[in-house]
Amino acid sequence: MTRARGNQERSWQVVPKAVLIGMALSLALQIGWHAVQPAPVAVARDLSAPPPRMALRALSLGDPIFLSYVLLLRLQAFDNQPGISIPFKDLDYSKVIGWLDASLDLDPVSQYPLLLAATVYAQVPDEPKQRAMLDFVFRRFLDDPARRWQWLAHASVMARHRLHDLQLALRYAQALADHAADASIPSWARQMHIFLRADMGEHEAAKILLGGLLAGGTVQDPHEIAFLMQRLDALEKAEKSSIESKK
Amino acid sequence: MFGQIITMGRFVVLEAWRTRLPWITAIAFVLVLGLSLFAKALAVTESDRVQIAFLASLMRLAAVFITSLHIVSTLAREFNDRVVDLTLALELPRTSYILGKFVGYAFVAIAIAAAAGLLLMPFTQGHGLLVWTSTLVLELWIVVALSLFCIITFNQVMPAASFVLAFYLLARSIGAIQLISASPLLADRSLAHGFATLLLNALAYVLPALDRFTETAWLVDGGAGAASLGNAVGQTLAYVPLLISAALFDFHRKNV
Repeated sequence: MTRARGNQERSWQVVPKAVLIGMALSLALQIGWHAVQPAPVAVARDLSAPPPRMALRALSLGDPIFLSYVLLLRLQAFDNQPGISIPFKDLDYSKVIGWLDASLDLDPVSQYPLLLAATVYAQVPDEPKQRAMLDFVFRRFLDDPARRWQWLAHASVMARHRLHDLQLALRYAQALADHAADASIPSWARQMHIFLRADMGEHEAAKILLGGLLAGGTVQDPHEIAFLMQRLDALEKAEKSSIESKK
Repeated sequence: MFGQIITMGRFVVLEAWRTRLPWITAIAFVLVLGLSLFAKALAVTESDRVQIAFLASLMRLAAVFITSLHIVSTLAREFNDRVVDLTLALELPRTSYILGKFVGYAFVAIAIAAAAGLLLMPFTQGHGLLVWTSTLVLELWIVVALSLFCIITFNQVMPAASFVLAFYLLARSIGAIQLISASPLLADRSLAHGFATLLLNALAYVLPALDRFTETAWLVDGGAGAASLGNAVGQTLAYVPLLISAALFDFHRKNV
């Protein structure tokens, strides 16, 4: 006779032998089955296109910020698939941009997608992909300049120093200046286009813009005024010397 | 009758305490906290925002899941063990039984929501957290009433829990589904589409708009105001009585 254990359970000795044998056999079968299975092979998966926005909205269950971060973390980790590391430059950038767009649509306040675009995906050694990512930053800047100006400023610097494309850098810097009405964009970002023009040899245009900026009274800080005056002076000198050398 | 309801409610709270519900909730919330810290570690920027978004969303889901499963399983056991028969053999009206159960589970819901709010406190404070926690209480009250109704109607755990889950997911996404149906890209104006849109709109009328409760944006971006809370209170006041009366209807018809 077996003794009852506690107030609920009976001893394992009351379990029929057939059940114990069956359990041991099935455990052995499972272990054997696992042993004869081929070892898992790492297979790289391609990045799929993001689902439609409306579907994502429905999937978010009324919590788009959470889903936005889930999408971003998934995208961010996509280069590290089990057993394989895919370089960013091998990703399909049109799809990467699609995911970044989707995430930003779900959470327009977030800076995360733009940071990933400007400082992660735009750093690949592939010029068309860099340009595609900078273009994404530019496009989404226009939706909310007050909140996203710093990423376009970053894109302008990248275009100037990494891509060595002064026209593109000027285009981005000009967009920053065009939205200068927004007080949240600092003056250094709004003045970028002037110095880019000077770099491009457009001394006259840069001088006019700088003079206009000083005369307009938008710059109030005495140090900034002194710096800009210094730059204006340097531009005038550079212009004079270029005229004299032509003579 | 009021005394009976309170006594009934007290036993529900006692049962929740003794069936280790606090421990299960604590373990679930700690796991969610760990997951949110992991997400924070993965994030390259806005790490605090990422953590709060993960913590708040997953805790809300965990709270809803735990509350509904607790109600469905404890009441199913009462039905199966004939505890309901025994209770109703006493001088206890069926209405008091259901209302007492609701009051008890509502207190349990307050405790779960308060625990979620407390866990969020080190990461976010202020008005947003207060509104978020308050609307979580209201959301859980709707889930409590829904779970009561489902277990009384279906009697068994599986169909009742499935119905609660499906209902909850639909109630949280019905707004977005309505937008999809109204999208100009999909609006082919066929008869089937018109019927589907009509059906969805009709469905939205009988579902609570749970997507306006416990918004993560209140915690990370602010913007939670009296209007947000008022909206949730209004929705709860409209929907809980509906579910409770439906549960009473079914319970009174039940041959116990």
